[in-house]
This record gives sequence, structure tokens and C-alpha cells, in this order.
Amino acid sequence: MGMTIAEKIFAAHLVDEPFHGTRVLKLDVVMCHEITTPIAIADLIARGKDRVFDTSRIKAVIDHVTPSKDSKTATQAKMLRDWARRHNIKDFFDIGANGVCHALFPEKGFIRPGYTVIMGDSHTCTHGAFGAFAAGVGTTDLEVGILKGVCAFREPKTIRINLNGKLPKGVYAKDAILHVIGRLGVNGATDRVIEFRGAVVDAMTMESRMTLCNMAIEAGGTSGICMPDSVTVDYLWPFISEDYASKEAALVEFKKWWSDEDAVYERVLDLDISGLEPVVTFGYKPDQVKTITEMAGTPVDQVYLGSCTNGRLEDLRVAAEILKGKKIAPTVRAILSPATPKVYSDALHEGLIDIFMEAGFCVTNPTCGACLGMSNGVLAEGEVCASTTNRNFMGRMGKGGMVHLMSPATSAATAIEGKMADPRKYL
Amino acid sequence: MKTFGGPALFLDRADINTDEIIPAKYLTEITKEDLKPYILEDLKLPGFDPKGEKTKDSRVIVSRSNFGCGSSREHAPWVFEVNDINAVIAESFARIFRQNMFNCGMAALELPKEKLDLLFGYAGFADTAIAVDIEDQKIMVKGGGKEESISFEISPFDKALVLAGGWVDYADSKY
Repeated sequence: MGMTIAEKIFAAHLVDEPFHGTRVLKLDVVMCHEITTPIAIADLIARGKDRVFDTSRIKAVIDHVTPSKDSKTATQAKMLRDWARRHNIKDFFDIGANGVCHALFPEKGFIRPGYTVIMGDSHTCTHGAFGAFAAGVGTTDLEVGILKGVCAFREPKTIRINLNGKLPKGVYAKDAILHVIGRLGVNGATDRVIEFRGAVVDAMTMESRMTLCNMAIEAGGTSGICMPDSVTVDYLWPFISEDYASKEAALVEFKKWWSDEDAVYERVLDLDISGLEPVVTFGYKPDQVKTITEMAGTPVDQVYLGSCTNGRLEDLRVAAEILKGKKIAPTVRAILSPATPKVYSDALHEGLIDIFMEAGFCVTNPTCGACLGMSNGVLAEGEVCASTTNRNFMGRMGKGGMVHLMSPATSAATAIEGKMADPRKYL
Repeated sequence: MKTFGGPALFLDRADINTDEIIPAKYLTEITKEDLKPYILEDLKLPGFDPKGEKTKDSRVIVSRSNFGCGSSREHAPWVFEVNDINAVIAESFARIFRQNMFNCGMAALELPKEKLDLLFGYAGFADTAIAVDIEDQKIMVKGGGKEESISFEISPFDKALVLAGGWVDYADSKY
């Protein structure tokens, strides 16, 4: 019987099976940010176990609230900073070098196909785009990960989603994943790995695959995962060129992780998305989706473009193409948070930042910012935000606020009109 | 080992998320105890008052499917823990929340819909109390002059974590 990619990764990392159905896995990378890690650090200190399992396998960033907004967030940042220094964690990213974790860490080349990755952040599933098993965990799992380099998981049952056809003009990875979540429901993939396959995924850039995998958790999924292919090799090549004789050799090695032809899936969903329209959410759950045609005209107060879902260069390029030479509506305010310093810098040199600023966007430093209502860009009671982020829970971006999830293109068109708008007419 | 049981709080809705359990603005707190007043602050549910006596007095939460969906924040179980609510009973849980509960030596217990409906039959009584016996895998519910016992399934690993008092001690002794 064949194995899925997740089963292969589990088999290669198995440390222990203390009980039937529970696998304790060796971890390749443990990621940390300043919101969920300081309590883990404090607890390790209190237990007299202020140690890390492997300095080189721990990556840390201050990203949720940066620069610090008050004494409490400054203390959180300080705790992470002091800890990283104390343990000589080389890959620690502080102000000036910091960006949104799930955009920054891939950009630094920290992920490889076949890796196991955890982080105290639910959108860690993003890294599955590289053919890794990457899962969000709580602080206690993180603590054990930091201390011992292991984490426990249930057996990885897999839902395979074949995205067949071709993405139409004006329709992007974000629309595809919102459509998938609409089909699965918010708990349709709980305790499951979602394997994204098909011609649409094959044709996607790594950035788009990250957008796809980022939202696997919004259907309850433990991880989203893509097959590592030549697109993956090209993305990683600057980091792996010394390890392989050629890109072809790297590809041969990466393909060892591919799900076998006769792998067993719990469920296979075939979706031809050639006829898909731009999609937006309308309620307080990410599976509440409608087409932009149904939602067009809904007024918004704020547009937010950024986050681990859609703050990458590709996203900024798409939005800038629509915004070029235009102004945002006077009734709306628009915020751009490039996800990393590199994204910001590249966008600056390409002239994209000028386009955003001339259109009337406020451009902030790379940070998670308004996405979870923790720092810059929080909504007031009753306000509505068109957002490229991943979660639309009631009050998510501020108490009493309403969030509509959408692609960067749809958010750009919405900024121009001050109400939800179809991006296709601007392309 | 923690104690599981006491007056019950019934939250009759699916998909109660981590933002509703503890809003992100309180994630700047760095001790569990500081989270205490903010339990379920953003949960809008008919008849439910997060600041009410009922919330303060309850020791068990009973809810519907996909409880704890959303963020990985362990602050969600912690805000229950510091309010002496060590058990949540629901039809299903989001994976990270459920694991966080067991990792803290707390209990996230799943019941099939029929058994859960039976439990919700006690929601209208002011004196409803629930006791959970982890070792025997039984929930005892009492209220409105009646009582009954409901068995539940739990994975051996999750049970071991509750009995060990949580994942850190378990893992440190073993790996």
C-alpha cells in the first residue's frame, strides 16, 4: 500500500508511538514569535529548564506587534530578545530585519521538503507549500519543542483536493482557497492534512502555494501541503545550491517525498476552478463565501493589504497594477503592510510603493498589525474592513468590527470604489 | 491531577472560536492569572453574560461542534484554567485547542450528538452540575431532580497527559 507525503514525513521522523494512533515526531524547525513564546520561556525558566534542543533549528521573530506599542508588548519583545541572545539563536529577527513570520522564514530559506515544522501560531500550515509537514501548536507544545525537539500528533489522515483547470483572469490563489473552505466548511478538515494537487497548483508560484496552504487551518486542517517540484527547487536554489550538483538532482531528491500513486486518501475532492469568480466572505466564518458579483457594492471603511496570507511581492504587484494612476475613494482608508523588509524594499525599487502612496494608501512597516486586532489598523465598533488576511471572526480586527476576506486584487478594486468591487474590470 | 466538575455552563452554539474565548488584545499579558477577568469576553450568545455570576461559578463548559477553532493561543485553555474550569465537553474540537487542553492536564471531551443532546437536556435547570471521572471515562450529570451517567471515549495518549498533569512533565521524563 502506498503512502501519502504526510505519511512519509511521519515515518521518517518517528521517535516514539507511546499509544496506538499517537506519533511523537522529531522536529526539523521550531519557530517562535513574541506573543506565544515568552510564556513558554517563562515556564521553562520556572521549571529550571532554560535550555534549547538545538540552537540552529530554532528561528525567532518579533512580528505581531512591532515596534512595540506599549510596556507590555515591549516586555514580550524583550523576553524573546534576551532569550535568543542567551541561547545564541543566530536566526533571530528584530526591528529592521523583522517581518511576518510565515513570509519571512520561507524567504530566508529555512524550510525544506520533508521537514517537520511547528510554531505557536495557527497559520504555520503555510510552510506546507514546500512539501513540509508544518503545524500550528499551542505554547506547551512549543515549550516541549524548544526543550526536546519533539511534538506529538495523531495519525495523518489526508484529504486530497485536486484543483483542476486554470485560474481565470482576476482570480487568484486566495479565491481558490476561500472556495475550497466554502466547500469543506470550517471543521471539514479537522485532524486532517489537506493535500493540494492538480494543474492549478502545478502552475502556481511558491507565493501562491503559500497563500493556499496558509488557510488550511481555516477548514480545521492540521497542515496544507503541496508536492515539492521544480518551482520549489527554483525558489530554494539560492539556499541549496551547495548541497546538490544540479537543480535536476535536487528535484530527484525532493520527489522522494511525493505521495505514492496508490496512496490512500480519506477523501478526494475534484474541483474544476476554470469558471471560478473572485470570492469574498460575508459572515463571521471563513467558510461563508459569496462571489464578488453577489457582494459588489457593499460599503467598507478600511482596506487592509498584508499579512502572512497576502503580503508578499506577488500580491503587491497585482494590487499595484489595479491601483496605478488611481486614487482610493475619499470614504475609505487603506493600509498596506508589506510582509517582510525584502518585500518592502523590492516593492520600493519596482516603484510599487509610489503607486500605493499616490493612490492614498498608508504604508506601514512589516508586521502582523491589524490582522488580529493587536496593533496598527484596529477597527472601531461597527466598522467594516476589506482585508487580504485569513480570518473574519466577529471582532477579529477590533471589537465590533466586521472583516471581509478577499484577494489583493479585489481589495485594490474595493479601495478605489470605497465599496466591494470586481477586480476584473480593472485588469 | 486537576479536579474536573461542578456547576455547568451551557454554550449552545457551534464554532465558538478562540477570539471569543480570549480576545487578541489580552495576549499581551504574560501571566495566566492576569487573563482571569476576560473569560469569553467577546462571546455574544442569548442569555449569556461573560461577567455574570453563572460564568464565575461554573466549573465545566458544555458546547457544540468545532469548539475552540481559530488561533493557536493557549491563552484560551488558560483563561478557563484560571477560572477553575478544567473541562470542556463538546461534540468536537478544533485540533490545536483540544491538544492545548490536554497538554495543560485539562480535559476536552468529545461526545456524539445524541449523548451531547442528553446533556443539553439539563441546560434549563439552575442547579445542573457535572462531574467527570477521567479514569473511568464517565460523565455524571445531575440537575432538576434527575441524574444520569454518560460514558465517553478518550485517546489513551490524552488520558495519559491528564493523569500526568500535562505534556511538559510527560515529555521531559520520556524524551
